Amino acid sequence: MAALNLPIDLSVSLGPLALTNPVLTASGTFGYAAEFAHLVPLARLGGVVVKGISLAPRPGNPPPRIVETPCGMLNAIGLENVGADRFIAEKMPFLRTCCCRVIVNILGDSIEEYAVLAERLTGVAGIDALEVNISCPNVKKGGVAFGTVPEMAATVTQAVKAATNLPVIVKLSPNVTDIVAMARAVETAGADAISLINTLIGMAIDARTRRPWLANVIGGLSGPAIKPVALRMVWQVASAVKIPVIGIGGIATTEDAVEFLLAGATAIQVGTANFFNPAATGQIVDGIEAYLRHQGESAVRDIVGSLRLGA
Amino acid sequence: MPEYQENSIIDTIDRLAENFYRLSLRAPLIASAARPGQFVMVSCAPFLDPLLRRPFSIHRCNGSDTLQLLIRVVGRGTELLARCRPGQSLSLIGPLGRGFNPPPPASSVCLVGGGIGIAPLLFWAERLKTPRRCTVLLGSRTGKELTQLAAEFSQLGCRVETATDDGSLGHRGLVTDLLAAHLPTAAKTYACGPMPMMAAVAQTCRDAKVACEVSLEAHMACGLGACLGCTVHGDGGRYLHVCKNGPVVNAEEVAWQR
Ligand SMILES: Cc1cc2nc3c(=O)[nH]c(=O)nc-3n(C[C@H](O)[C@H](O)[C@H](O)COP(=O)(O)OP(=O)(O)OC[C@H]3O[C@@H](n4cnc5c(N)ncnc54)[C@H](O)[C@@H]3O)c2cc1C
Ligand SMILES: Cc1cc2nc3c(=O)[nH]c(=O)nc-3n(C[C@H](O)[C@H](O)[C@H](O)COP(=O)(O)O)c2cc1C
Ligand code: FES
Repeated sequence: MAALNLPIDLSVSLGPLALTNPVLTASGTFGYAAEFAHLVPLARLGGVVVKGISLAPRPGNPPPRIVETPCGMLNAIGLENVGADRFIAEKMPFLRTCCCRVIVNILGDSIEEYAVLAERLTGVAGIDALEVNISCPNVKKGGVAFGTVPEMAATVTQAVKAATNLPVIVKLSPNVTDIVAMARAVETAGADAISLINTLIGMAIDARTRRPWLANVIGGLSGPAIKPVALRMVWQVASAVKIPVIGIGGIATTEDAVEFLLAGATAIQVGTANFFNPAATGQIVDGIEAYLRHQGESAVRDIVGSLRLGA
Repeated sequence: MPEYQENSIIDTIDRLAENFYRLSLRAPLIASAARPGQFVMVSCAPFLDPLLRRPFSIHRCNGSDTLQLLIRVVGRGTELLARCRPGQSLSLIGPLGRGFNPPPPASSVCLVGGGIGIAPLLFWAERLKTPRRCTVLLGSRTGKELTQLAAEFSQLGCRVETATDDGSLGHRGLVTDLLAAHLPTAAKTYACGPMPMMAAVAQTCRDAKVACEVSLEAHMACGLGACLGCTVHGDGGRYLHVCKNGPVVNAEEVAWQR
C-alpha cells in the first residue's frame, strides 16, 4: 500500500500531447466549455474536446433532434456548429482561459475540407491538438462515411497530418465490421492517437403516432447503454496498435473510467454523462486518484492496459 | 449569471388535482438567483433509467431558500417525481435560461397560461411590481386544475378569468378566446402553454400590435446550451435553442407557421 499522502501522478501522454490527467470531455457534449464554466472546475480537467467544427457554419437538422432511450439517448443534431472563423473569433478567447488542454474536433464533407480546416486551425493560440471526426459522409463518394472504409480513413488522416503540426487524434466510428482494421489504417497513415467510440447508429419509433421520434429518422446512440460495446472495441484496438488510445462511450463514473484504462485506454472522454451529471468529469479525476491510492499505485500510466486475463 | 448543481431537499408535495402536483424544495443557491421564467433541470431518479434530467419552470420562489415546481404527470420522469416523499433529496441544475423581460413601468399586462404552462406565471405575477393592472387568463381541460391557482393569482391582486374544455369553470372553450377583449388596455402579454395556444396568442397580439413574450418547450438533454438538441424553428429559417435563446422569447422570433 502506498502511503496515504504520497502524491499520485495522474499525468499521461497522448503521443506528443501531455495531459495533467486522463480525463477529457467528449465532443458535442460540452459545447465550447463556457457552457459548463459555472458547474465544472475546468482547470481540474485533463482537457476539453470542443463541439465538432466545420469550415463553414452548419445549421444542423430540423427538430426533434434528440430522444431518450433505455440508459441512453439518440441524437441527430446534424453537426450544427458556428464554423471555423466564428469559432476562432468567438469561442477561442474563453477556451484560452480554461487552463486545460483544448482539443478541436473537426469534420468535413471532403478530404480537402479536412485539410483546409486543419491548416486554418494550426497556429491559432490555445489549440493543443485536433481530433478528426471521420464518422461524416464523404459527399464525393456518394455519402459513404470516411470512417467505414480503411483507405478513406487513412487518406483523411494523411491529409490532416500534412496540413498541420498539431498532434492529430483520429476518432473512429463503431459502425464498422472490423474496428481493428480501421485503427491499423489510421495508425499507419500517421495518427498520433486514436479515440473511440463515436455514437452507434440507432433508431426509435413512437408506436402511437407510427412516426420515428427523430426528424432525421436515425441517430447516434450514446450514454451508459453503449459502454460494453465501447469497452470491447477499446480493448481490441489498444491490443492491436502502438499509438495511445482514448476510450469513449458511456463513461459516467470513476469505475467506468478505470475500466477503460484497464482495457488499454491512456485517457478517457466523458460525453452524455455531462448532460445528466455536469460534475462527472471533476468527480472522475478525484475518483481515479482515490482508486490508485486504494490499489497501491502511484501513477495512472501504470494501470493502463493492466487488465488481468487468464487464471 | 450563476448556475448551480444543487441537492435540494423536498419540503412538501401537494396534490392539487389528478396528476397535478406542487413540490416545495429547499435549494438556497438556486432560489436566491432565480428569476421568473427561468427553469431547473431535475434529476427524477438516482439511477440511469430514465437517464436525462427533466426541465421544469420555477413556479414560485421566495428569493432566499425555497422554490416550488408545478408538475403534471405525463410519463416516467414526472411519475417518479410525484411519488417522492418530503425529506428526500432531488438534484437540480439551475437557474437556467432567459426569463421574462419587464413591461414598461406602471403599464397593464396580460398573462396567458394554458395547462401546465401556468407554472412560471405565478412567480412572474408575484414579481411584477404593483401598481399595475395584471390580468391573468388561465385555461385547462377541467376546473379542478385551476381553482387553487386562480385563487392564488387573485390574492396577488390580479384579475383572473378562466376557460376550460369541459366548461366546469369559467368560459367553455379556449383561453385564447378571452384574450382579444383585454388587449386594448394591455401594454404587453406573456404566454406559456401548448404550442398551438401560444401561436394563437402571438397572432392575436400581433394583430392588436401588443408586445408578446412566450415561454417555449422542447425536449432537452442538457439545459445548458451544450447538446443543441432543444431546437425550435425560428424566424428567417434559423433555429432557436430553447434552453439558451429561451425558454422566454419574443413571439416575433418564432416561426409559428411550421
Ligand atoms: C423550459 C421548460 C419548462 C417546463 N416546465 C414544466 C413545468 O413547470 N411543469 C411540468 O409539469 N412540465 C414542464 N415542462 C415539461 C416537462 O419537462 C415534461 O413534461 C417532462 O420532461 C416529461 O417527462 P416524463 O419523463 O414524465 O415524460 P416522458 O416519458 O419523457 O414523455 C412525456 C411525453 O412526451 C412525449 N415525448 C417523449 N420524447 C419526445 C420527443 N423527443 N419529442 C416529442 N415528444 C416526446 C411522450 O410520448 C409523452 O407523451 C417544461 C418543459 C420545458 C422545456
Ligand atoms: C448530442 C451529441 C453531440 C455529439 N456531437 C459530436 C460531434 O460534433 N463530433 C464528434 O466527434 N462526436 C460527437 N458526439 C459523440 C460523442 O463525442 C461521443 O463519442 C459519444 O457520445 C459516445 O460517448 P458517451 O456515451 O459518453 O456520450 C456527440 C454526442 C452527442 C450525445
Ligand atoms: S437542451 Fe441541450 S442545448 Fe438546449
